Amino acid sequence: MSADSGLSWNPLTDINQMWQLDSMVNAYRAGTIVAVLAAVVGWFMVLRRQTFAGHTVALAGFPGAAAAVFLGVSASWGYFGFCVGAGAVIAALARNGKGGVAEESALTGIVQSFTLACGMLFVALYKGFLNGVNSLLFGSFLGVTPGDIAVLAVVAVVVLAAMALIGRPLLFASVDPAVADARGVPTRALGVLFLVLLGATTAEVSQITGSLLVFALLVMPAATAQRITARPALSLILSVVFGLAVTWFGLGAAYFSPYPIGFWITTFAFGCYLLANVYGFVIRWRGTGRRHVVEVLGAS
Amino acid sequence: MSMFSHPFMIYALLGGTGIAAACGAVGFFLVLRAQVFTGDALSHVAFTGALAALAFGVDLRIGLFAATIAVALLLGALGRRGRADDVVIGNVFAWILGLGVFFLTMYTTDRSGSGNGSATINVLFGSILGLSSSQAQTALWIGVGVVAVLLVIARPLLFATLDEAVAAARGVPVRVLGFVFLALVGAATAEATQAVGALLLLGLVAAPAGTALVLTDRPFRGLGLAIALAVGEMWAGLTLAYFVPRMPPSFSITAVATVVYAAAMIYRSLSRRRAVVPTAATAAAATGVATGPIPARVRTAESVAAADTVSV
Repeated sequence: MSADSGLSWNPLTDINQMWQLDSMVNAYRAGTIVAVLAAVVGWFMVLRRQTFAGHTVALAGFPGAAAAVFLGVSASWGYFGFCVGAGAVIAALARNGKGGVAEESALTGIVQSFTLACGMLFVALYKGFLNGVNSLLFGSFLGVTPGDIAVLAVVAVVVLAAMALIGRPLLFASVDPAVADARGVPTRALGVLFLVLLGATTAEVSQITGSLLVFALLVMPAATAQRITARPALSLILSVVFGLAVTWFGLGAAYFSPYPIGFWITTFAFGCYLLANVYGFVIRWRGTGRRHVVEVLGAS
Repeated sequence: MSMFSHPFMIYALLGGTGIAAACGAVGFFLVLRAQVFTGDALSHVAFTGALAALAFGVDLRIGLFAATIAVALLLGALGRRGRADDVVIGNVFAWILGLGVFFLTMYTTDRSGSGNGSATINVLFGSILGLSSSQAQTALWIGVGVVAVLLVIARPLLFATLDEAVAAARGVPVRVLGFVFLALVGAATAEATQAVGALLLLGLVAAPAGTALVLTDRPFRGLGLAIALAVGEMWAGLTLAYFVPRMPPSFSITAVATVVYAAAMIYRSLSRRRAVVPTAATAAAATGVATGPIPARVRTAESVAAADTVSV
């Protein structure tokens, strides 16, 4: 996308110019909702080390949308149906299986490739839809309507309310499943519920970022925040802050440059992640350095 | 009219055999090492590599191989003992995917009007029926090469996979093996992308290996079974695609692989239901430690148990 005029030296006029367009205002509203939701749910996903499952559920949005277009219904139905469905399938089958790490990852991979293959089939059956594939996979935030935003907001409120309800036991079950189980926390039910909520979240985020880039908003702000601090509440808040910042700057950069939003969001988020890693490294290095000095002093 | 009278089918079968064998062999170890996510990440890296090559106007294969092998080694370097954490992998490949979108835009704006829409589709979903004679031969030789190298390192790699600590103590170069293995995964991924596409090659990697592990506990039998299943599923999928022209071959291959896996799962659950009481008890104990991060104690116990079955 390209703007009529480039960046000026005054950021305020740039923002004013950008928000003259209704489509950009809508994109910012939708992006804000999506970023907050993805950051909160993604934070638990990173904590539970379920990135592979999250990625698989996210990719299920593509065949969902393709099927919806093929059948002639709204793409939202396809996104929600397939993403929530994929989450439930992974949760249910992983439960029935032997439960080994290896087998679960094989199962997740098979679910992922099969849903994608179904997407390919729908695309092949529906000729002339080829140009739409790129926007399904990589997202387009320009076509967001006020109606879409209302749907996004309602789903976000429902998912966030559910997360608030199960947040504490889920945190316990994620950090120490064995002890939580012994204390009577329904870890398995929580795990299934979480994957379903993850499905709803990815379905929602997919509509803005496309199936391939949902994962960036889910995993990157959360991983960055967890690198910086180990305190749950603080890192959850930081995760939301990073998600919002990355999305807002990404939208702005995409408006003023010819390159797509997916590139900017992932690049900004990865930059934050790298900085957080450097920060963590420096803290640890200084910590060990100081301890080393103390030890040396103590020895002498 | 026989299927074999079309040269493109011959090339597809020839190239497909090499690709399937490599994917099956590599996939077996990926599943055993619980590194399927790495394969998933590399398949997306292949997408970026291919689009970067298209954007800069160099040979597609150079981009594919350079990108997948380089990132495979990078992922190995980021983790301890040549294995990266899932969250690290997720971050790296989400960004690389973003770069892929960047190259896609570069490519479509630079060279507009030359049927670019289908380039992405081919990279993402493959075009095995479009392989030329020389491409099919290259695919076959690369497949044979990957399987050969993997067979040479199979024994120490298996040891390092099942019990890393003991293998390291016994002088097995665990880290080097991890890197060699990841480079092989990168090569197999790059080659397979041309046939079944970046998005679907995971099916060829995970499904035959998953099926083999369901059917047998013995590692070398499992490795052979995974290769045989992958090649068989490739042939069946191509045949199906030939007789049902509306079905894209990438779909039929993945669908056959998924159905075989589902059949193996059903077979196992049926035979386990008939099994005697003690086996059911151990199975129940194993299910007890299901999802979520598994404590280190349990994981070592598992691998020790697996090592017991290995000593043939």
